[in-house]
Amino acid sequence: MQLLRISDAVFRGLLNFRNGERTPNVAMSQKRRKSGMQISQGRNSRISQDQDDESEDRSFTQTSSSQVQRRMERLTVAQVDRKMAEVVQFILIKDQKKVPIKRAEIVKHVMKEYRDVYPEIMKRVTRTFEQVFGLKLVEIDTKNHVYILINKLEPIFGDQVGMGPGNHRTGLLFVILSIIFMKGGVVKESVVWNTLKKLRVEPGEKHEDFGDVKKLVTEEFVRQKNLEYVRIPHTDPVEYEFRWGQRAETEVSKIRMLQFVSELHDQEPQSWTQQYKEATTVEGPSSQR
Amino acid sequence: MAIPMTESHRRFLQTMMNGGIMEFSKAKILHRNCCEDQSAHAQLDEFIDVINTQLQPMFMQIRKGMSEDDGLQYYALVNMAETDVTRMSSDYADNELELFRKTMDLIVDSENGTASSTDILNCADSLQTKKMKKKEVEHVLNRLVQDKWLNEKRGDYAMSTRCIIEMEQYIRNVYQDLVKSCYICHSLAFQSQSCENPGCGIKVHLPCVARYFKSHTDPQCPACKDYWPHEIPVFPAQSPSQSTSSKENTAPTPSASHSRRKRK
Repeated sequence: MQLLRISDAVFRGLLNFRNGERTPNVAMSQKRRKSGMQISQGRNSRISQDQDDESEDRSFTQTSSSQVQRRMERLTVAQVDRKMAEVVQFILIKDQKKVPIKRAEIVKHVMKEYRDVYPEIMKRVTRTFEQVFGLKLVEIDTKNHVYILINKLEPIFGDQVGMGPGNHRTGLLFVILSIIFMKGGVVKESVVWNTLKKLRVEPGEKHEDFGDVKKLVTEEFVRQKNLEYVRIPHTDPVEYEFRWGQRAETEVSKIRMLQFVSELHDQEPQSWTQQYKEATTVEGPSSQR
Repeated sequence: MAIPMTESHRRFLQTMMNGGIMEFSKAKILHRNCCEDQSAHAQLDEFIDVINTQLQPMFMQIRKGMSEDDGLQYYALVNMAETDVTRMSSDYADNELELFRKTMDLIVDSENGTASSTDILNCADSLQTKKMKKKEVEHVLNRLVQDKWLNEKRGDYAMSTRCIIEMEQYIRNVYQDLVKSCYICHSLAFQSQSCENPGCGIKVHLPCVARYFKSHTDPQCPACKDYWPHEIPVFPAQSPSQSTSSKENTAPTPSASHSRRKRK
């Protein structure tokens, strides 16, 4: 496999990758994940932090759909709409921080006495997100019922207006994701830090745009489900490795990423056989996980 | 029957959601970019009306308003469900919200629509929910600026454009007679000049003052015709305050700080 050689100038380009017309296509990579999702869950024990919530929400998962229908009939349209709006708002606020949303939270803070019609309300919420906001509510963890919002829209070509302060971070994330992808789906953290050092991003120093880089990468990106940062078992001293997080798997197009990397190297995407194969496999779980 | 939203509308809305607020000329460009693939170019305001119809059940709206800082028109995505500060409650602790309310009190009571950091720090001592250290107050103020609730200039805090657009109703309910509308544009006026005739006392936004008195050599109060005793600020770029879409404003966002500080 070829090493990633990224010069400083190219890094600038990478930083802008997601802003401009090179933004990865969300819709393309979306379908593929569906089937792979459950498989990866078992492995990832970090997600199941709050299993205590499980018993709490078991009560309403066991209601049959006909029961739900009957309960729905007791509610007025206005009541249902109002609740739907509250859930939409709640999820939007949570999503601003890109923190995954747990069903237990939705029930506890918003759904409350409407919990027995949860499935019906969520159906409407999902529809509203798609029709009004162009967002897709995805359950990334079917065991603990964790949701994220992902973007369904193709990016606006050449749009500079929508650029916000978060874009440098997105660029950094994109660099790390591409390192992981080009290295076969999983890399030791030292590989990532060494590559970033060449781009003058030092994990130990405060960076002008990123602040505490190590914290951003190993905590915030992980919390956002863009990266997974897991200890490699039986290592002394302790070592960690990075993988793509579930948000990245759903939102970032691998083929667009490969196209970009191959342009940097002035080669055809096909010359990275394994990556090309993975990037073009739309159906089925990705081979790396 | 409502006009259905297209990808273009959703795209526009998503961008609005990212920043929360957008200057009129930028919104025009965004509108153009969003509609690139479409033959039908609706007017921006009609385009936004389509989005607003769909947003209404969610108690959200894209609303237009003038910035007190540069006099330009902005679109802000606002939440109408609770036009109360409680809607910030997911982001701010109780004592932080109390500090924000106290800051609003100071701004409303002030003559020029700003509160100095010193005054805010002083009132932090009297917080009833939970006392705050000086450092914490500064931190909260920074966050409020970052989250676009407040603006800060040289240690003075003012309500941000989005905050005024979004909280207008709340502010009017809470402060009632303590707040005044601008005599020219009828929106809430904080950073403004007021008529010194005790029987009149109207307020006019600084950008509205600049626009209204532009060609007047002998400025008079637009209401009582008394002498207007203030220095007339100059704004680098002017945009129509009330008129809507048609006129395009391509001027870059100016910084109006020098002109509005002169007046004391």
